[in-house]
Amino acid sequence: MPMTITEKILAAHAEKKEVHPGELITCRIDLLMGNDITAPIAIKAFEKVGATQVFDPDRLTIVLSHFVPAKDIKSADQCRIARVFAKKHRLKYFYDEGRGGIEHILLPQEGLVVPGDVVLGADSHSCTYGGLGCFATGVGSTDLAAAMITGETWFKVPESMKFHFYGRLAPWASAKDLILYTIGQISVDGATYRAMEFTGEVVERLPVDQRLTLCNMAIEAGGKSGIVAPDEVTVEYVKPRAKRPWKLFKSDPDAAYHSVYEWDAGKIGLQVACPYSPDNVKPLEEIAGVEVDQVFIGSCTNARMEDLRIAARIMRGKKVAPYVRCIVIPATHQVFQEALREGLIEVFAEAGCAISEATCGPCLGGYNGVLGAEDVCLSTSNRNFPGRMGHPKAKVYLASPAVAAATAVTGKITHPEEVANV
Amino acid sequence: MNLYGKAWKYGDNVDTDQIIPARYLVTSDPKELGQHCMEDADPEFSKKVHPGDVLVGLKNFGCGSSREHAPIAIKAVGVSAVIAKSFARIFYRNSINLGLPLFETDAVERIERGDDLELNPGTGEIKNVTKGETYQARPLPEFAREIMAAGGLMNYVAKKKGLTAGKPTPSDYDARRD
Ligand code: SF4
Repeated sequence: MPMTITEKILAAHAEKKEVHPGELITCRIDLLMGNDITAPIAIKAFEKVGATQVFDPDRLTIVLSHFVPAKDIKSADQCRIARVFAKKHRLKYFYDEGRGGIEHILLPQEGLVVPGDVVLGADSHSCTYGGLGCFATGVGSTDLAAAMITGETWFKVPESMKFHFYGRLAPWASAKDLILYTIGQISVDGATYRAMEFTGEVVERLPVDQRLTLCNMAIEAGGKSGIVAPDEVTVEYVKPRAKRPWKLFKSDPDAAYHSVYEWDAGKIGLQVACPYSPDNVKPLEEIAGVEVDQVFIGSCTNARMEDLRIAARIMRGKKVAPYVRCIVIPATHQVFQEALREGLIEVFAEAGCAISEATCGPCLGGYNGVLGAEDVCLSTSNRNFPGRMGHPKAKVYLASPAVAAATAVTGKITHPEEVANV
Repeated sequence: MNLYGKAWKYGDNVDTDQIIPARYLVTSDPKELGQHCMEDADPEFSKKVHPGDVLVGLKNFGCGSSREHAPIAIKAVGVSAVIAKSFARIFYRNSINLGLPLFETDAVERIERGDDLELNPGTGEIKNVTKGETYQARPLPEFAREIMAAGGLMNYVAKKKGLTAGKPTPSDYDARRD
């Protein structure tokens, strides 16, 4: 039977020749992830049932990312639970502040997720790793706790939806624009329960950083997972960092899909998701000129080197507009260091940006740039539901780093072209 | 062990915000969550429901966020099971993990509010005592039934692995903020 890449990966981990959408299977897990919000709850459940051993301490990674360095007493206590557990169980891949960063950028960067993996993360944006050609999905703390003991979990095999992008990206457009466009087309529940497979020459030309961005927001369409078939680009990325052997899977040409969308990428220009939903997506032209109070360049969606490079390219030699603030948070400590070496941090500092150690920070309204009731923010993150970045009335627009940088310079939502060449 | 109770029927797409509104997620105390169960769909529900009663929905029951608070609230208010035409993915998953019995069947169309029901989670049989009818839910897969029989995923795993196992209380579960 012809199968999609998702079905093949799941079949391989369920020790089966083939699996069918709708089938319930038990799968071996290659890597488990918990963060400072979800891991402590899982740890408590783990200990409560008398478990004393993680099935494989090298396959559980805990990343403190949301509220670090600790923003208050409660978050400090949560982090401590994770730290104590990590030390006790000798977790090899435990990441604290100053050495880690946002989990969804850190794990691919560290080579902890590789093509062909099945990854379970106690965080909804765990779907990000699909950009490397693995099956990765978000679950709750209970699922994490159980898998910490057994090394396996149960799945209902999802149907796949195919999103095929042909042609060439429009000038200044990136994966962020493609995924915002997709969510705008199919809505926030358009892919519920399904795997979103991204294909086509445009996707094949995307660097890994952008493929991760594409899959990162699958959850914003309700998707169970996002995936890009691995190729030479993937292997080149994985080779120097992989901590485990990888395996490349590919969809059969005659595999069955729930639905197939084919779009000319050239017609998809810069996109912006307007308040208060990631599917309220409009072409940039329609809302250009909207004044903002804050620009946030960060999050697991868009704070990798690629993202910072493009933002710095636009901001170089310019200043953040008066009465506007711009916060730049590199996604991981390593990205921070690289950006430092490349002189990008200096560009941002010269422009008058506030720069911080890697953290989720304001993305989930945690700290480091929380919005007040009247605030308008343009953010490179992934969600703009009411209250996501602070006060429920605050308005958040989601866009690419290029649009964010241009907007920081002018103080209103701006096409990068207008700023870049001036 | 059979479950007995009256049907509380709602429509399509009963989402997690209706089951437990986001404004109550500041707590993970089951009792408190139970008091607000179904509040935005039916403000009277938590006051009138009796232990053992059954929630009945049409398609896509439990859609929306991934909050484990939803099945926790349903259990805490005393509901013994949920019957629907179909369930949303994460709700389905969380319910089985927490040991809340689910019955999936198109026969929900036949069930009306207030009908007396008798359910067998083991076989998936639904007796509508009021109407004198019997329906068959799509059976849960073997291991999901085992999870249910053990009273949830953590107990199931503990049993399988021969762990001492204190029962995890629902307060151990918290929603993912993210
Ligand atoms: S950056 Fe935002 S979306 Fe990503 S993991 Fe952190 S809080 Fe979640």
